[in-house]
Amino acid sequence: MTFSATFDPRATRELLERSARASSAAVRAAAQRGAATLEDAATLLSPAAGEQLEELAALAHRSTVARFGKTIGLYAPLYLSNECVCTCTYCGFSMGLPIARRTLRIDEVVREARTLATRGIKSILLVSAEHPKHVYPEYVAQCVRETKLIAPYVALEIAAAEEDDYRRYVAAGCDGVVLYQETYDPQAYATHHLGGPKKHYEWRLDAPERASRAGVRHLGIGALLGLADWRFEALALLTHARWLERHCWRSQINVSLPRINHAQGGYVPKHLVGDRDFVHVMTFLRLALPTAGITLSTREAPQLRDRLVPLGVTLMSAGSSTEPGGYGEPGAAGEQFELEDHRSPEEVAQRLRELGYEPVFKDWEIMAAPVARAVAD
Amino acid sequence: MTDHLALGGRAFESRLIVGTGKFGSPEVMADALAAARTQLVTVALRRVDLDAPSDPITGFIDRDRYLIMPNTSGATDAAEAIRLAKLARSAGLPPWIKVEVIPDPRYLMPDPIETLVACEALVADGFTVLPYIHADPVLAKRLEEVGVAAVMPLAAPIGSGRGLKMEAAIAIIIEQATVPVVVDAGLGVPSHAAAAMEMGADAVLVNTAIATAANPVRMARAFALGVEAGRTAWLAGRAPELSSASASSPLTGFLGSPESQAR
Repeated sequence: MTFSATFDPRATRELLERSARASSAAVRAAAQRGAATLEDAATLLSPAAGEQLEELAALAHRSTVARFGKTIGLYAPLYLSNECVCTCTYCGFSMGLPIARRTLRIDEVVREARTLATRGIKSILLVSAEHPKHVYPEYVAQCVRETKLIAPYVALEIAAAEEDDYRRYVAAGCDGVVLYQETYDPQAYATHHLGGPKKHYEWRLDAPERASRAGVRHLGIGALLGLADWRFEALALLTHARWLERHCWRSQINVSLPRINHAQGGYVPKHLVGDRDFVHVMTFLRLALPTAGITLSTREAPQLRDRLVPLGVTLMSAGSSTEPGGYGEPGAAGEQFELEDHRSPEEVAQRLRELGYEPVFKDWEIMAAPVARAVAD
Repeated sequence: MTDHLALGGRAFESRLIVGTGKFGSPEVMADALAAARTQLVTVALRRVDLDAPSDPITGFIDRDRYLIMPNTSGATDAAEAIRLAKLARSAGLPPWIKVEVIPDPRYLMPDPIETLVACEALVADGFTVLPYIHADPVLAKRLEEVGVAAVMPLAAPIGSGRGLKMEAAIAIIIEQATVPVVVDAGLGVPSHAAAAMEMGADAVLVNTAIATAANPVRMARAFALGVEAGRTAWLAGRAPELSSASASSPLTGFLGSPESQAR
């Protein structure tokens, strides 16, 4: 049984319609139950919940500190390639866009990882657009192996893969797979993914469970806010996360709902999400998924990122570049989207300390051979 | 007579072991350790940067004052736990290891089978081994048989602060143990720690309840007092618990009275 076979977008929408008239007492009861059911979860997304945001945020804060303490993990993306065979309306790498295209050679990947390491980054997310000729399984595995010699934690954000390929990446040292569905709404998905392998909604939706079966420890799932109604995306993401928690119990689930930023191609989101709704959705994720990690990227502005920290965030990217080779020689290739937070990892870390949080650069150790460090037997 | 905790061939005056995760800053952590008057602290190896002398955890722990016990947090099977233990030792950390083999990232429940396999190998390799386990009396005995230095049953899920939910099973473990029993995980307030010590536990391990308190340093001190109170009560020998009131004059109190002797 796969998630795509059980997920019912229409039922999700109906739940939200029913909860739209929820009372503030119902919101409080749902929060107290930790959003035990999807009905409760929909209630926490209701307009009434939006009016009780301060109260819900206080609960979210307490829940986060109890589970994760006052710590925030820091990581950085390393873009391998912006060559792409997919046509996606909102993406700066979309096929046909007039940008400088590039796939890093292995030695260039190593150089980028070393540059990140000198900035203190020990958790690296290897990111790539989708082009089977340039970014093929052996290339990805090699990138993982080499990066793992420099950073103890390596995750992948690349095209949805076959289970056997995920197995290969795990053997190379891959600790996590991040794969956002972009939108859980099948109609919106079809509208925004016009060509290339990424067109296949179900294949992408079931990729995290393939990764988990292959032994990937950390699964990052999410949606790109702006393509469809944010309440729908949030409830669908919760449904997905809870399904994975039950069926892929060995994998830690991390969730994220990034907002669309300006990119080459000039896409303007139909469903703009304001800061208040964004805070609502972050609070919702924490209350409904108390053990999930919540990731916040440099898409958001520094001032807002600082304010979101106490609400449930556990992982933040820092000092990011979204172009291949962007750390060593910025400006040589096209970027995926424009960032809002341009602070260096150390600047982000310092700000976190001022906020009373411990920035955590290292939270992982290489768990299995082959190992970079010599171990005395 | 001084009441020492004998553990792994060493004597500890403190029976409160403190974990170092979740603190908002290394300075607060260091102050909390001092306030707890602990002598044994656990450190997640995965958080330690073995290449950096100014590591935010080990750089702030005075090694003359505290024995550092690395843990294998992050390991999901025996092979990974064994590897992490060896990595810690080769990096110069003490050959003490708290074995945590946790395949379940949500409730953080330890895997009993893999834990036993890892402990057997690590004891044979010369480590002082303290396994984190579910409150399973048979597993505790099996671990004793392979030579662990203590067993560390959980009171409740890690970080839950729910107290001695596994009380009945922990009581059996304590009754049967030939090694120290350290109640670990789930203790939320000092009275929970005191209750564990009153049951006869040899020590407790606390992390989340201290690190995430509004004032971690003050809470560390409170836990030290709770542990001391519970231990002292255990040594004092508690009065029996009765289901009915007990009169202070027993039924035979009249015997030996002048009235009785006159007969």
